[in-house]
Amino acid sequence: MSADYVLETRGLTKEFRGFTAVDDVNLQVQEGHIHALIGPNGAGKTTVFNLLTKFLPPTRGEILYRGKPITGMKSNEIARLGLVRSFQISAVFAHMTALENVRVALQRKLGTSFHFWKSEKTLDHLNERAMELLEEVGLREYADILTVEMPYGRKRALEVATTLALDPTMMLLDEPTQGMGAEDVDRIVELIRRVSKGRTVLMVEHNLSVVSRLCDRITVLARGSVLAEGDYDSVSRNPLVKEAYMGSEAAEEEGAQA
Amino acid sequence: MATTETARIPSAAMQRQRRANMRRNMFYLALIVIGLVAPFLAYPVFLMKILCFALFACSFNLLLGYAGLLSFGHAAFLATGGYVTGYLLSSYPGITPEVGILIGTLAGVALGVVFGALSIRRQGIYFAMVTLALAQLMFFFFIQAPFTGGEDGLHGVVRGHFLGFISLDDNLSMYYFVFAVFLIGFAIIQRTVHSPFGQVLKAIRENEPRAVSLGYNVDAYKLLAFVISAGLAGLAGSTKTLVFQLASLTDAHWHMSGEVILMTLLGGVGTLLGPIMGAGIVVSLQHLLAQSPLGNWVSVILGLIFVVCVLSFRSGIVGELAKSYRKNFK
Repeated sequence: MSADYVLETRGLTKEFRGFTAVDDVNLQVQEGHIHALIGPNGAGKTTVFNLLTKFLPPTRGEILYRGKPITGMKSNEIARLGLVRSFQISAVFAHMTALENVRVALQRKLGTSFHFWKSEKTLDHLNERAMELLEEVGLREYADILTVEMPYGRKRALEVATTLALDPTMMLLDEPTQGMGAEDVDRIVELIRRVSKGRTVLMVEHNLSVVSRLCDRITVLARGSVLAEGDYDSVSRNPLVKEAYMGSEAAEEEGAQA
Repeated sequence: MATTETARIPSAAMQRQRRANMRRNMFYLALIVIGLVAPFLAYPVFLMKILCFALFACSFNLLLGYAGLLSFGHAAFLATGGYVTGYLLSSYPGITPEVGILIGTLAGVALGVVFGALSIRRQGIYFAMVTLALAQLMFFFFIQAPFTGGEDGLHGVVRGHFLGFISLDDNLSMYYFVFAVFLIGFAIIQRTVHSPFGQVLKAIRENEPRAVSLGYNVDAYKLLAFVISAGLAGLAGSTKTLVFQLASLTDAHWHMSGEVILMTLLGGVGTLLGPIMGAGIVVSLQHLLAQSPLGNWVSVILGLIFVVCVLSFRSGIVGELAKSYRKNFK
């Protein structure tokens, strides 16, 4: 039964010195879904994210990936299973070119990453695949540009390309549209829609219009626990959610949609 | 139209790359020629001192500039290499200098494994403090240990015969031996930086959590960088002992760990040639000032230079030169 879900948590709890940031969260992410995690500031979304990707150890509870427990694994081991995360602030390698950014993700599978005696030219045969990935996110012409010189929206696109290089079965995106202008937001929404084909996505997102456009299922967190779960319509109609989180904002949002 | 455009871009980039490579090779060739004629223009022992410190600074730079790890205990590896080589060559006359240096280097590697395993889990200032503490431990060990000569150090280390038949007592042949050692060390660093390993190291320096999320076990990569750096610092120390026929506590003192930071930052951290330039400047200044009436002020003057460097040109001399070159010729 649990194998129906790609990712599942049971009683996931994280306490920081008596303060319970995440409280008994049972999360189930279905294969192929784009699943959103929303909630007001301080609801514990990013903490859940860090627990799932092992950047924090949980106090209690279990995490299952395709029915198998992964609670005790390390961050880099999770990535090798195909669970790859992004970060709230764009996580790129600033003083490397866009091509090198993607290539460093591709090269891990070669198994030569400890070979300090080999020339980096041995990585050149990965360039073609790296270019394809850059093309996929619309960054072909940025290939030779140092990432530090790229505009913010493009850095986020590069981050997606780097993530795709690992061919993940599941992508965990931490606020992918944070700090972006409207035009960039549209581009990223399209990008996520496109690359999520055949993959599962779990994302933390503040922008409700992005959530309503993209997501199949939504989990609302408040004060560390799950308040509601369902599709956008049922969640946005839920009085508890309206009260605790959306309030008048939801009404405006619906007004804008209509 | 579009197809010719896409076909042209990579080939133009490739040509630019090829031209840049050629220019770089010519530049290195010129430097090697300078290195070969230098002992006829300057005092060889002075040049050898620069080369030893340049190699030491390069090894330090591999760690700080390419792995983002500030070690404040690199003197320990320099001294360990020096003492091990000095002891072997003094006590076992059958050992040739190249074997002595090799064993000294391996001692640096071994100590690097231990120090690295204990320190790389910490970051930033904590990493620096752990390495400093471990290096201080080694300092007191070298004072007490029976084979180091304590406060006096190891004197009269025999240079011996390279491969058993080329005498190194002559300063000119000693110079070419040191120059060759330096080139080997530099080549190892240059290759490490431009290797698949170097790419991952750069990624870790730029954004460690992201490197983790790409599936890399970053501690293992940092450890390998630490060990390579320690080994090369040991190589520098071993060679230095051979040149001066002396291994002393100066090499193990924390001043030495500070000096190598100064050399690297002054020349340009994260550039391949910067540490060499920095070592050259610091050693020359020490030499000149020691003979001048300002002899007692060496530390103060070096300190001032350090402050000026950090305040006004952070990327160091070579770093600033490279920046202005890129700005004006690209």
